[in-house]
Amino acid sequence: MAEVAAPLGLLAELTHRCPLHCPYCSNPLELIARQQELSTEQWCSVLDQARDLGVLQVHLSGGEPLARNDLPEIVSHARGLGCYVNLVTSGVGLTTPRLADLVERGIDHVQLSLQGASEAGNDAIAGARVFKHKLIAAEAIAEVGVPLTVNTVLHRRNHGEIADLIATAERLGAERLELANTQYYGWALRNRTALMPTREQLDAAEPIVREATERLAGKMQIVYVVADYADAHPKPCMHGWGARQLTVAPDGTVLPCPAATAITTLELSSVVDTPLAEIWYSSSSFNAFRGTEWMSEPCRSCPRKETDFGGCRCQAFLLTGDAAATDPVCSLSPNRGLVDEILAQQPVVDVELTMRAPGRA
Amino acid sequence: MIGVEQRPRLRRGVRLSFDRVRQAHVLLFPEGVVMPNATAVAVLELCDGERTVAEIVTALSGTYSGVRVEDVQNVLARFVERHVVEVLGG
Repeated sequence: MAEVAAPLGLLAELTHRCPLHCPYCSNPLELIARQQELSTEQWCSVLDQARDLGVLQVHLSGGEPLARNDLPEIVSHARGLGCYVNLVTSGVGLTTPRLADLVERGIDHVQLSLQGASEAGNDAIAGARVFKHKLIAAEAIAEVGVPLTVNTVLHRRNHGEIADLIATAERLGAERLELANTQYYGWALRNRTALMPTREQLDAAEPIVREATERLAGKMQIVYVVADYADAHPKPCMHGWGARQLTVAPDGTVLPCPAATAITTLELSSVVDTPLAEIWYSSSSFNAFRGTEWMSEPCRSCPRKETDFGGCRCQAFLLTGDAAATDPVCSLSPNRGLVDEILAQQPVVDVELTMRAPGRA
Repeated sequence: MIGVEQRPRLRRGVRLSFDRVRQAHVLLFPEGVVMPNATAVAVLELCDGERTVAEIVTALSGTYSGVRVEDVQNVLARFVERHVVEVLGG
């Protein structure tokens, strides 16, 4: 196997507690309770180890990272190490004084989620009355003067609002807008039928996004991601397994990809009892799908194997039961029929959503 | 093409720093990390929103020989495309 490169990014899921209950939450179905969360000292040690290992970018996420009272200390620590610090937040509780303190301590960038362009739409998906708090957060972000990315997960219920979402992000002063279709893991997989946009919705969105991208060039960058079920080739998931980024869950479990708890056959390591460097370089979980040796056909002899790395391991596992299979999204996969069947079974009317369980206190 | 009288600077939220682990300069920004080569670092270090492209070329010529304005423009164009650098002035 080729030499393993040092990681660049750390996704620090500080807590699974969150005031929102989005039905596509990227956190696992089984949430980690507050009593199991790492302490401040443990998180600082994770950051020290990550920086020594080569991590330069720290995404403070959750759940809602503002739910951790020690967030200011964690921010100071990460920035003190020289890391680029990104706060990934729902905005609930992000007031001007609180943000000003966090920016003073070293937050470089804020990623604010919007579930919809209107209060009613946003709050229905978030499962909580939070839209007005998000507007307060956006005002604070503009006032303090920290760069903002607005992030919206797209699905059947809000796909028609794309023009309004773009206008809202513009009004909030965002430098970037991420419009990413739902990826079907965990909660989103459970709600896939209700969330998957129709072909008509995708077709209607395309010219709107194209026009806005051109019109706003230089002012607001728009990143639009379509769910890969419709593609002929899988996404280059994580730029390869264990290649660039690692995720640390609230209890210290280290994941090669944020959704990796989905792969139940994977034996995950924890920073509670193992040094991060050992996990990155030597653990069975990080080495399971590194490089190309693990691949079977059609990936093994495929000219694209260094381009898309066989696609997504979690998706392969969730749809076929084999994490080492070719991502069934790939048109060359013998299991592509599974994906076509899902696409063909789209309901004519909206299906009810199962909201994410509240994070336990 | 970026004009010689335009004044480039790093966009808000972009930092140029030195990584002691890799012993290399790194550009840090919301979407990721880039390891610029020595030429790019020399250019980026002068992108303060005050100096024009012409002045950057002059400053570089004090340290390096054979600095061409097109090369500096090309480096800058690449970083404008990546949303790392923005240019001020017509």
